[in-house]
Amino acid sequence: MNIHEYQAKELFRTYGLALPPARSFDARSLSVESIREISPGPYAVKAQIHAGGRGKAGGIRIVSSARDAFDAAKKMLGTKLATYQTAGIAKPIQHVLIESSSQIRKELYLAITLDREAGRPCVICSESGGVEIEEVARTSPDKILKQHFDLKPLPTAADFRRLTSRLFEGEGSQAGRLRNELADMSVKLARLTVELDASLVEVNPLGLMTGGSLMPVDAKINFDDNALFRHPEIASLRDPEQEDARENEAKSFDLSYVGLEGNIGCMVNGAGLAMATMDVIKLGGGEPANFLDVGGGASKEKVAAAFKIILKDPRVKTILVNIFGGIMRCDVLAAGIVEAQKEIAIKVPLVVRLEGTNVEEGRRILKESKIRIISADTFEDAAEKAIQFIK
Amino acid sequence: MAILVDKNTKLIVQGITGSHGSFHAHQMLEYGTRIVGGVTPGKGGQVFEGVPVFNTVKEAVDKTNANTSIIYVPARFAKDAILEAASNGIRLIVCITEGIPTLDMVEIIQALKERRTRLIGPNCPGLITPGEAKVGIMPGYIHERGPIGVVSRSGTLTYEVVWQMTTRGLGQSTVIGIGGDPILGTGFVDCLELFEQDQETEAIVLIGEIGGTAEERASEFIQKHVKKPVIAFVAGSTAPPGKRMGHAGAIISGGSGTASEKIKALKKAGVHVVESPARIGEAVCRVVKAKAKR
Repeated sequence: MNIHEYQAKELFRTYGLALPPARSFDARSLSVESIREISPGPYAVKAQIHAGGRGKAGGIRIVSSARDAFDAAKKMLGTKLATYQTAGIAKPIQHVLIESSSQIRKELYLAITLDREAGRPCVICSESGGVEIEEVARTSPDKILKQHFDLKPLPTAADFRRLTSRLFEGEGSQAGRLRNELADMSVKLARLTVELDASLVEVNPLGLMTGGSLMPVDAKINFDDNALFRHPEIASLRDPEQEDARENEAKSFDLSYVGLEGNIGCMVNGAGLAMATMDVIKLGGGEPANFLDVGGGASKEKVAAAFKIILKDPRVKTILVNIFGGIMRCDVLAAGIVEAQKEIAIKVPLVVRLEGTNVEEGRRILKESKIRIISADTFEDAAEKAIQFIK
Repeated sequence: MAILVDKNTKLIVQGITGSHGSFHAHQMLEYGTRIVGGVTPGKGGQVFEGVPVFNTVKEAVDKTNANTSIIYVPARFAKDAILEAASNGIRLIVCITEGIPTLDMVEIIQALKERRTRLIGPNCPGLITPGEAKVGIMPGYIHERGPIGVVSRSGTLTYEVVWQMTTRGLGQSTVIGIGGDPILGTGFVDCLELFEQDQETEAIVLIGEIGGTAEERASEFIQKHVKKPVIAFVAGSTAPPGKRMGHAGAIISGGSGTASEKIKALKKAGVHVVESPARIGEAVCRVVKAKAKR
């Protein structure tokens, strides 16, 4: 689960990090007076959406007066912003963060994430932060420093001394202080990561300000969905407006759905098989309309819900059902199709391929239902038959 | 021969009285797996289809000499279930449970490092040695005993691939689903090593998918240590680039997780990479026949 920058910075404050004076506003709370209360200016006015790349897309404005900050914020609120990270879909701006802006002398990078290979969390930092950080990682990996840490006991500043000792070599007499500050910041963010089950904490850039202090300029936190049950206060920060409506509806039925551009609606059990089904469709010259994994223990209600979600997409010209029953039983799937048909007329051709647990019973249910189904024997046969209808 | 599970496997089922646990315990018994006990705290003394239920793993191991455990408990209790099995002498733990918090897995991996216990999963379909033991949730009838070792990150796609082989008369030595989570007890490399050493296994099928760098690590290992032919498929080559957050994931792994990068690495290691998932069975047949001619 993602949260907004202003929420992430609030959490940073809770964990003892120093941040520039700031306040977040929605359309109702925005006023020139409250902006003046932040600082005398200048201000950074930042659109709050769940995506990076805001600066280049016009979502961040630096202004000198509270009046200008008010105007800039007013223009942003209620509109939508698309950046290179929003996959072509503009996201609504319902909050802005207005911060006291100061000059950044240098942009650093600081993040904590999980190293899957090592099975441990890891602090990553670099003196070459900013938007080109991935390019830096590719071309000069020696500029990226990493330090793993354990959950028990939590790391202390001493654990990050080796990491920070390789930084700030050009800062002369200030180097020692900056190294300590960075180690201290790493300790605090490591504690946040572990205590709140964050899967990513990223400060990019971490600004070395002209005044000499280190300050998070941007902040991202991503939380482990599987651990939200033990953090209700974090779960309440969720902003469904930033998420895809169809995906959310699917999620409420415990279905995994991703909308795509094509016209063959897919319903498959298991993520791997669902991806492989999309691969076969594409190799055959078709385009999938979606990725949909009905999961393992799907009930007939869930299958019916999946059908409705697929059929809501007006682009769908045919539906391909590819089920290899394991936990999922073919008879339950068949009953779900029959159930869905009762509630909504399936007007597009329906290609069904069933195999696995209780397959005979599943085929019998479909046959007796008299729903017009094009049955397929193999995976490839199913894809070919589905593609035929869109040509 | 086969690997990890066979007729000497003495299995306990943690969570045997739950809906998933009982359904699959029944299926495993029907397949012929030697289930010697079940564990559900508070339900000790009950009997499930002739299998005694115990309150703790310790009790179950003391009474039955179990060496393997399969776990079906809900995600929030899974960490304790795994650690309980590991600290009571279970050698192989298969965790089916999906949705375990990542940091719980970090803790589990740390704890297992100090023990001689192997964990498979979590969020996996388990493993099967056809005709001897099914320790998982896969449909048993699609398998046939034979010379092909299968290791996969997927569940249902593995069934599909196994079925393609079985219908072509090509059986399997052992089929392992290692799971789809970011942190896994056992990776591709461990399984490749075991299959390479196993005398019954003549060729290995590896099913990967987009994300992470497990396939790249597997490629490095294959190049250096695997002499048996490897046939691979990577699911998701046509998936659109995912929405991701921040840069740290790509920086830490040093790879983008795309199918094309993985396929490139596998090909470089001499692996037979199949483009269409509908043609994997066919490709395995071709490779095995070519090997027999040599």
